[in-house]
Amino acid sequence: MAGLERTVLYDLHLELGAKMVPFAGYEMPVQYPMGVLKEHLHTRSAAGLFDVSHMGQILLTAETVEKAALALERLVPVDIAGLPEGRQRYAMFTNDAGGILDDLMVANRGDHLFLVVNAACKGADFAHLKAGLTDCDVGMIDDRALLALQGPAAEAALARLVPDVAEMRFMDVAIRQWDTAELWISRSGYTGEDGFEISVPNRFAEAFARRLLAMEEVAPIGLGARDSLRLEAGMCLYGHDIDEGTTPVEANLTWAIQKARRSDGAREGGFPGASRILTELATGPARRRVGLRPEGRAPMREGTVIFAGPEGGDPIGTVTSGGYGPSIEAPMAMAYLPAGLSEGAIVYGDVRGKRLPAVIAPMPFQPNNYKR
Amino acid sequence: MKYTEDHEWLRAEGDLVVVGITEHASEQLGDVVFVDLPEAGKAVSTGDEICVIESVKAASDIRAPLDGEIVEVNQEIADNPSLVNEDPTGKAWFFKMKLSDPSKLDGLMDEAGYKALIG
Repeated sequence: MAGLERTVLYDLHLELGAKMVPFAGYEMPVQYPMGVLKEHLHTRSAAGLFDVSHMGQILLTAETVEKAALALERLVPVDIAGLPEGRQRYAMFTNDAGGILDDLMVANRGDHLFLVVNAACKGADFAHLKAGLTDCDVGMIDDRALLALQGPAAEAALARLVPDVAEMRFMDVAIRQWDTAELWISRSGYTGEDGFEISVPNRFAEAFARRLLAMEEVAPIGLGARDSLRLEAGMCLYGHDIDEGTTPVEANLTWAIQKARRSDGAREGGFPGASRILTELATGPARRRVGLRPEGRAPMREGTVIFAGPEGGDPIGTVTSGGYGPSIEAPMAMAYLPAGLSEGAIVYGDVRGKRLPAVIAPMPFQPNNYKR
Repeated sequence: MKYTEDHEWLRAEGDLVVVGITEHASEQLGDVVFVDLPEAGKAVSTGDEICVIESVKAASDIRAPLDGEIVEVNQEIADNPSLVNEDPTGKAWFFKMKLSDPSKLDGLMDEAGYKALIG
């Protein structure tokens, strides 16, 4: 496919029989011969290996890690200064209108910060960091692959290669040796399952992936199942459920804005869009991202228009992600709806000209399974 | 068995034809999770979008292969959509129809023609 980049695992994907599709400027595996449904269920019952090397890995360094943390706080509404060494936290870059430029993970690795950002945004994020944090050194990593190993058997599988990972808790980060490679490991992921994300030097990536795939419980998993897994887990996909036009409060991500950055906090505000975001935190947003469980079997896909009643009236919102949940064995969706509607309320989605009922439901749709 | 360019198969059964989707189509669709069937008794024209199949990936339409009337639908695939992947040319038939002009069936592709189409 012309003009698309490839990860270092491209040849391995082909060898495994992957169907490759364009995604965020890369040729990526959308599914393997097992198929999306079975890949999804395999991840929830055993362990799935995902190539997420297209994502951006960025090192942020200043005179001290404390200074790097305070600098990064100028771009995110998140308590980075309070993030202990060896821990990772979810964050988002905001714009002056309070919208979200990207969502990311931030890890404190003792003498610097390590960031993982979305593939489609990584160029813009890098420029944003360089422009906004002139007091820091911002380095984009291009010699490392990123793998995610997710599922209840992930710990046992990874521990065969890196014995002491079992000691890590959810959102811990650590550096470990495998062969002569330095692995940057976090106990996290984007499936709702226990698991790890492992940054591995490019030249070791294929051998490392093959060692994991040789294990009985580990199967390769494509982007198709990654999407249904994250949707069941209630997690946002950037560019769909969150974007420059949605604030973190509207997106129901207020849990990611710690007390220190809120009104009357130790480091109140001081991030782009603070006035809007702090106001919405105090008075509530006009609309909010909610979960929907359609009552029949028909999925409500992205773009499905939502109405308050079975006929007439103006639209009240739109589905931002929707599909079928293989583990919950039912359709599921996320939508932005007026904040006055609460869980249990029935709304109607226009599916091919028919208004079908859906109930506003709590997320995650599938309970998560982290090792805290 | 006869075939359409929309990857449907048709099999004569008495004075009716049974219609389903091909193995090739079911593989391309991926795991089927929802089937919206037409109502029995509905009069249809060639090319009408009369069914919707939703897979884990996307929604696709099934078109009426010829003019006629839907006589019976297979409720089993609505209750258990994965049958469409497991047995597309057998248990997972979609509907039976009475053709307005049964001789039109002869004008559709045969197996060799369909194999050439899908390469």
